[in-house]
Amino acid sequence: MTTATESPAKKRGIVRSVLATWRGRITVGFLLLFVCCLAAPLLAPADPLHQDLRHILELPSGSHWLGTDSLGRDVLSRLLYGGRSSIVGILEGVAAHLVVAVPLGVAAGYLGGRFDRYAMRAADIVMSVPTIVILLAILTIFNRSIAAAMITLGALGASGMMRIVRGTAMTVRQELYVSAAELLGLSRTQIIFRHILPRCRGVIIVQTSLFAAIAIGIQTGLTFLGLGPPPPAATWGGMVNEAATTLTTAPWLLVPAGGVIALTVLALGILGDTVRDVTAQSHTSSGGLRVKPAKRRPEAPAPTAAPERRALLSVRDLSVSFLTPRGEAEVLTGVGFDLDAGQTLGLVGESGSGKSVTARAVLGLLEANGRVTAGSVVFDGQELTRASRKELAALRGTRIALISQEPMVALDPSFRIGAQLTEIVRSHTKMSRRDARRRVLELMELVELPDPEEMARRYPFQISGGMAQRVAIAAALAGSPDLLIADEPTTALDVTVQAEILALLRRIQRETGMAVLLVTHDWGVVADICTHVAVMYAGQVVESAPVEQVFGASVHPYTSALMAASPDSAARRTPIDAIAGTVPPPGSRLDGCRFRDRCALAAADCADKDIPLLQLTEERASRCIHTELLQVRP
Amino acid sequence: MLRLIGHRIAMSIPLLLIVSLIVFALEALVPGDAARTILGENATAQSLAALRDQLGLNDPWTVRYGDWLAGAFHGDLGTSIISGVDVSSSLSTRLGVTLSLLIPSMLLSAVAGIALGFASAVRGGVLGRFIDVVSLLGFALPGFWVALILVAFFAVQLDLLPATGYQELTVSPGGWLKSIILPVLALSLHGITAVAKQTRDSVMEVLEADYVKFLRANGVSERSVRYRHVLRNAAIPVVTSLGLVSVGMLGGAVFIENVFVLPGLGSLATQATLDHDVPVILGVGVFFTLSVIVINLLIDIAYGLLNPKVRVS
Repeated sequence: MTTATESPAKKRGIVRSVLATWRGRITVGFLLLFVCCLAAPLLAPADPLHQDLRHILELPSGSHWLGTDSLGRDVLSRLLYGGRSSIVGILEGVAAHLVVAVPLGVAAGYLGGRFDRYAMRAADIVMSVPTIVILLAILTIFNRSIAAAMITLGALGASGMMRIVRGTAMTVRQELYVSAAELLGLSRTQIIFRHILPRCRGVIIVQTSLFAAIAIGIQTGLTFLGLGPPPPAATWGGMVNEAATTLTTAPWLLVPAGGVIALTVLALGILGDTVRDVTAQSHTSSGGLRVKPAKRRPEAPAPTAAPERRALLSVRDLSVSFLTPRGEAEVLTGVGFDLDAGQTLGLVGESGSGKSVTARAVLGLLEANGRVTAGSVVFDGQELTRASRKELAALRGTRIALISQEPMVALDPSFRIGAQLTEIVRSHTKMSRRDARRRVLELMELVELPDPEEMARRYPFQISGGMAQRVAIAAALAGSPDLLIADEPTTALDVTVQAEILALLRRIQRETGMAVLLVTHDWGVVADICTHVAVMYAGQVVESAPVEQVFGASVHPYTSALMAASPDSAARRTPIDAIAGTVPPPGSRLDGCRFRDRCALAAADCADKDIPLLQLTEERASRCIHTELLQVRP
Repeated sequence: MLRLIGHRIAMSIPLLLIVSLIVFALEALVPGDAARTILGENATAQSLAALRDQLGLNDPWTVRYGDWLAGAFHGDLGTSIISGVDVSSSLSTRLGVTLSLLIPSMLLSAVAGIALGFASAVRGGVLGRFIDVVSLLGFALPGFWVALILVAFFAVQLDLLPATGYQELTVSPGGWLKSIILPVLALSLHGITAVAKQTRDSVMEVLEADYVKFLRANGVSERSVRYRHVLRNAAIPVVTSLGLVSVGMLGGAVFIENVFVLPGLGSLATQATLDHDVPVILGVGVFFTLSVIVINLLIDIAYGLLNPKVRVS
């Protein structure tokens, strides 16, 4: 347990959260046992040097729990004494490691400037030094002193931790509260001790346990080579070496020493991982834990009524769940809408409302841990939730295409734009490279990219976001799809570029007659391009209507609130009416109306039962039972 | 790209200077010297002084360092204190053994590690969990211990392969192959598992990337997505880990050569350490430092080939 005693920035919080995991409890428990080796003189059942030539190479027994070696010495006692020298070695190494890495890392990260540059250059050089040679030289010069070797190892290995501490210190320095503390007149030392070091504590512990794992590997390796304290002193590496000489007659002797080395390294390594997991909050949806991939298809698709009129895309009662470390979370509940050729349907809602998941579910491109649990997605008469991988692959690009939110990350960074477009074109229709090339240039002209020839030679990182989105649109159009799914296509772009991209989409839609399913949170975009709107909240559609009717008078309080919160609709010099609260995550959604805790019109009966989507007119539906209240409000 | 390589090569000179300087300075600062090592504890003051004079040990260490540097510049790394053999020539006779160990181990780590890691990321399930467990073992089990277990099983129990010794490739290709199989396996276990784990993590991350969804959504075949786009983009962190693994293997070779009694640079360095033979340690140090420089250079070139940002700018 070197980390608990050595780390300067250790704090209760981390210890507790590590001990809350079973991995943490096992590794900490084992390392505590390891520390017991320090008390070897008290604990060892026998003198580690006492030879008993009548009882050599014995297997484990009541009197010798781990057997005896080739000189009849008790293996358990030798392991305990050997462990003591390993602990001492680790402590020496770790101390040197921390003394070098932490001050330099904090100073480089916090002070920056010239000091930082020199320190980093020195770290670069030290990282390239072959450690083993320096260690051997140290052992030569210092007469096989393992202490000298471990201290050297700690210092030479410090550049890794120094970089990481520096990175953390730099991040902290740029944060507002640190700047505020500087303005308030706190001295640099105070800032380092109060703000920087506490934040580095997690990475320091992680790096320390990983280094300790490496250090014990090296310490046992050097003693294995006979470069440590001379025999008959007990060391773990030395015991493996002695076991090697009786390999043919007593292979058992390899097990205790090798096993205890492996377990100690493992415990230190896993401890490091555990601390990293509990300190670094992962931002992935799965909470940083690997989750089992879910089955993609619904087990028993709920029988649904055939759509009355045949739309190009008809989504009915679609439910989607994600497997998370905390169990299965339903993200979409009974989502439904229709989309006809030539129409543009806007899926509108706040973050977390489920609009992007809906778009991905239609394409059959949910993440590995997501699955459709119920409902249907019918595209041009074909049921997509039950379609095979192959059937879906045949549709993608040629019938349904996708453009996504972040054009800069939608293109493969390692390939030239021309090469990517050519590949997509050739995957739709078999044609020669030259024909494909010509088609690519046509497509690039279609999306109004300037100088297509030159553009094709560029890499994605060499073009702007607006250009990248045009390239993505060109890629999506390559297979002349009937339906384009656009997941927040303009969110990441500047306002002027947004308008250009929307105008482009409108023009292409007019020319090709394709349908567009547009995911957005921006009412301006909806007004600009959509013919129909489906407003989503907490995994449900709460209102759907033709676009002009929604802007005229919405029939769900969430829609009204969302519009009022839109910067486009706010009158000049009046504050925007943000909706109080946030969208509840899956799992903490309310029974009854899911919006009622944020709704100004909420009444007692809103909580009574789940609210169905009420069909108000042929084209309008709302999931609110108090629409009459909405009409009378000014 | 060229600038980067130039920078690496320029960095190698201070690196070599620093490594040799550290060794020289430490030797000078610490009591005891080669003369005492050679003549033993019972030597008379006169004989010690005479030998010191003969070995040039009476000069200040800076002068001796200068002499050594001048020699090293011409390929003369001095002579062993113990055997009196020219260091450069004993390095060159042993180089082949160490390279026979290092190069196959690096290749095996790269090929097996990437294949296993990729397969487990794409297939997942049992293979993925297997890789996780084995990579933990590869991390935890010391290489010299794994080597002994391999010897116990393949050499002692099954008598398939020799337990120790080395055969020249030029003398007997079959014998050479047999003599390096176990050492290479022992040396690569850690490398294979480390590369496999990195590949697995990296591929899984790239599989979730937006551009992979975009390519799939717009009709690019799964085969091309995996083997063209995912593999290419997942490669950069894998190359980094390959570099670290290769540098680590230089150290591992020292232990493995001792277990299998291979007459390479590692066993030379170990013996020199036991004998206080500083010139030999320095010689091995120069070779290992050059190896690290070459490995880093290859890694940089690989970055350039894989990452258009490095290549173009």
